Amino acid sequence: MAQTDRRDAPGLPDFSLLKRLARDQLIYLLEQLPGKKDLFIDADLMSPLDRIANVTTLKQHEVDKLYKVELKPVVSVSDQLCFLIRPRIQTVKWIADVVKSDKAVGRFRRYKIIFTPQKFYACETVLEEQGVYGDVTSDEWEFYLLPLDDDIISLELPEFFRDNFLEGDQRWVTTAGSALRLLHFLFGPFSKVYGIGRCAKMVYESWREQVEDGEKKAQNPDIGNVFLIDRDVDFVTPLCSQVVYEGLVDDIFRIKCGSVEFGPDVTSTDKSLKVMLNSQDKVHVGETQRKKEIWWEKQRKKKRCGMDIKQMKAFVAEELKGLKQEHRLLSLHIGACESIMKKKTKQDFQELLKTEHSLLEGFEIRECITYIEEHINRQLDYPFYNSSFYMLLYTFSTLGLLPKDYRSLKAQYLQSYGIEHLLSFANLRQIGLLVEQQPGETLTVMESKVGKLVNDKTAGKLTDAFSSLAKKSNFRALSKRLMLIPKTGEEYDLRVPRDMAYIFSGAYIPLSCKLIEQVLERDGWTGFEEVTRMLNGHEFAVTGPDGTETRNKTDPQRIILVMFLGGCTFSEISALRFLGRERGCKFIVLTTAITNSSRLLESLLDNQG
Amino acid sequence: MTRAKPEDDDWNSSKIHAFTFDDDDDEFTKLKESKRAVSSILVDDDDDDDDDDDDDVEKVSWSGEPVGSISWSVKETASSIRSGGEHGFPKINTAPSLPKQGSGYSLSSLFKASTRVYAPELRKPKSECKDYFSDWSPEETVKRMRKGKVYSLERFRSLQDKLLLLDEAVSAHDGNVITAVLIYLKKSLSKEIFFQELMVREIALRHYVHYLKEMEEQKTLVELMKLPFSQDDAIHVQDHYTLLERQIIIEATDKKGEAEIFKKFPRKASILNMPIITTLYYSCFYHYGESEGTFSSPANIRSTFRISEKQYILTALGARAKLKSWFDVDSLFNTKNWLGYTKKRSPIGFHRVVDILQKNNAPVQVLKDYVSLIDDAELKLSLAQKYKCHDIVIEMYRDLKDRQQLIVYQGKVERGSHEDRKIDQLLGNMQIRWKN
Repeated sequence: MAQTDRRDAPGLPDFSLLKRLARDQLIYLLEQLPGKKDLFIDADLMSPLDRIANVTTLKQHEVDKLYKVELKPVVSVSDQLCFLIRPRIQTVKWIADVVKSDKAVGRFRRYKIIFTPQKFYACETVLEEQGVYGDVTSDEWEFYLLPLDDDIISLELPEFFRDNFLEGDQRWVTTAGSALRLLHFLFGPFSKVYGIGRCAKMVYESWREQVEDGEKKAQNPDIGNVFLIDRDVDFVTPLCSQVVYEGLVDDIFRIKCGSVEFGPDVTSTDKSLKVMLNSQDKVHVGETQRKKEIWWEKQRKKKRCGMDIKQMKAFVAEELKGLKQEHRLLSLHIGACESIMKKKTKQDFQELLKTEHSLLEGFEIRECITYIEEHINRQLDYPFYNSSFYMLLYTFSTLGLLPKDYRSLKAQYLQSYGIEHLLSFANLRQIGLLVEQQPGETLTVMESKVGKLVNDKTAGKLTDAFSSLAKKSNFRALSKRLMLIPKTGEEYDLRVPRDMAYIFSGAYIPLSCKLIEQVLERDGWTGFEEVTRMLNGHEFAVTGPDGTETRNKTDPQRIILVMFLGGCTFSEISALRFLGRERGCKFIVLTTAITNSSRLLESLLDNQG
Repeated sequence: MTRAKPEDDDWNSSKIHAFTFDDDDDEFTKLKESKRAVSSILVDDDDDDDDDDDDDVEKVSWSGEPVGSISWSVKETASSIRSGGEHGFPKINTAPSLPKQGSGYSLSSLFKASTRVYAPELRKPKSECKDYFSDWSPEETVKRMRKGKVYSLERFRSLQDKLLLLDEAVSAHDGNVITAVLIYLKKSLSKEIFFQELMVREIALRHYVHYLKEMEEQKTLVELMKLPFSQDDAIHVQDHYTLLERQIIIEATDKKGEAEIFKKFPRKASILNMPIITTLYYSCFYHYGESEGTFSSPANIRSTFRISEKQYILTALGARAKLKSWFDVDSLFNTKNWLGYTKKRSPIGFHRVVDILQKNNAPVQVLKDYVSLIDDAELKLSLAQKYKCHDIVIEMYRDLKDRQQLIVYQGKVERGSHEDRKIDQLLGNMQIRWKN
């Protein structure tokens, strides 16, 4: 049975230690500021903080009132203000303003900033420039790693993607290195490291340097191997509409820090409810969850989207009736499913999925482009979640576009969605999804010039040659080489998943996970030169001093830490869990954040303009 | 980057100024003294620092004594794990594409333009100055910065030293340190020189741009990024200006809302700053049928912004359907051939037309005309069923000679209705050769 763990599968290390470490350090930092104080917390730190400490913990350490950082004037009357924030210039500027306005009215307070996971020089410079350096002291809370589940650890840094891949700012490289160092110290020493991507390489270097400077201790490792992968190695997978349950819930309701907030339409009361989603959650455990997933996907596959709510309810009643005590939670999940169905039918999801699949397989490309064009022309979803841009992005990453098509789609897009999206297109170029020819018109100018000189036939040929210069995605070639698209024709029985494609109802094996599988299997990149070339190289494989070449794999050797730099999706996590079950090993996913297509899109869309 | 000639000269001269040997002695002795003074202070600090490198100077200003708490163990595990250097970890076996090449590469590329002049000087100070500046080399400084130890950037005064420092930071791949060095260079170099050097260092440039963005220093950003629009984009920008002009004109008249249509369907928002297609939709909604001469007419907007037929039809269709002007909808697709017959033609699939009409609550009588125009038989049948265009379904089954389906379908129409009778009639018709 593929569904259950193999009996000889190794156990996972206990990551709750990480939470304890983070909590203890926070307490230490709070204790360094004795007396009553008000605590201001960055909005996106609230959920992570919730996972490791609660209000009582904070109160015990003389935190009086809690505020969310809102960049507005403060109302606090406390003599001590403590700010728990991400190192962002904007927030620090606001704090400087708070201090200055206090000074202006002759009010004396103590201010302390706790940056997490680290402080940046640029932030301190703001304090200096604003003349409040010294009035405000700062510290670092090295809270790098938040376990979201038994096998998921997150850095909770969604900005990693944008900063690194879009802005080209390497500020988080050291952070990622430090995170690895900590894991290495606690659960290492790791014996083998594989990686691919520019950022992965830098992170490895940073980590290596930190380890060299650090103390080495002799211990038995809990984790044997590490795999580092950049998000820009595989853009296609995170863009695919997700069909595994957690992925769907994330796509629709947005899972935040492992928990999801169901609105009144789901709870069928007038309140919203927060629900934790992890493998300790009884509904999710083992077999039941698998059944649910399989059923869900089967339905999905059958109808592509059409899901009968009655069927869903019947399924839940029948299959899950043993779990009466979980009734409340179950009814929530049913509510969630119903709501998903409503949304999915409303959005002409069927056509979208069809187009997505055609693009993956590279079939009926003209039809797809027409579909996208009409989508754009109709201004669908304007100005909210932008499915048109999503379609464009999807096309770029799977297929690539001819310059002619690109220019036409871009022009129509700007006409429908507004000129400010010029910046969004510039972003596409920045992350390497788009390699335009020389500035703008060179191509056509060249064409017409050449056309005047030679006869029409040759000119035609030349035009073809120029067109083929255009950025074509390597995806199709990769997909062929790595066999990412399972053969069509045979019925894909989701009850007995054959391969990782099951997470996309048998349509596609995620590129990222396939790479990981292959490299682990061949123990390196040898024989994979063609593939790495198509992925822009930057691959590496190193064996640590303890990496003895034993063929009989010890338990830690079968535990693999996979680090996604720039985020990973629930679908990828599911795929790796499947792979682990198949191979009798365990994967631990370490990611800078959980991502999905809309988060990716938001970081690429420039709406500030 | 291609550097224009005059700038090149400028660069040379400023460079020479900084490195004239006559000046140098003086500069160096002065520097030496001050550096010694500074470093003596710093060394003291440093000793402190080594005991406990995590707590910076700030620690002093907090009066509270560190409470002996469990958290000390955290400190130990999480941060100050450090002992004698041990070669615990292998370097990546260098393929040509390794980032380590960073420092060497950027330096050589920097001096590529004028190797003859600067290359010798570059190497000399590095070895000779070691004595004077024995404190911290760029490497050491960057290392200290990365570890959050005390450091000093003041000693990096010559352009060359500044650049060595920057390149070292870049090759360490630590964005935080790169930005810190850039902030220092920004303060201590003239804009011209600073920008010029940034232009040949892409990674540093991107860090600086990002820093400016975050600091909201738009002005500097604009100065730095005097990037010309590509020709493609220039057209879009031009379009945008034209559009704004039009919108202002339209807005001025329509705001009064005098025409009948505005009273019937009051505007929900101003048209200013809306995208082109939205403007077109607006004009198809409120200004349909105006002559091309007026700025607000659909025809004028269509030609001004080179809107394709497909885009136009989709937008006009949406607007006219919203108003339930089915006559206008019809005439969008009507074409006359040379014999004078009208025929419906569309640049978009008729299933799409049906979809849009249906979303605008078009009645069955309207829908069925368009359903019947769908090419794909399967699609036509399923849409006809979905939208209850009974006649079409019945006729299609008749043509398919599918008796069984027709019987099944009879259950779906109202008993005794016109459709019901029609089906009865067909089923009783002996001339049809049913296939089942």
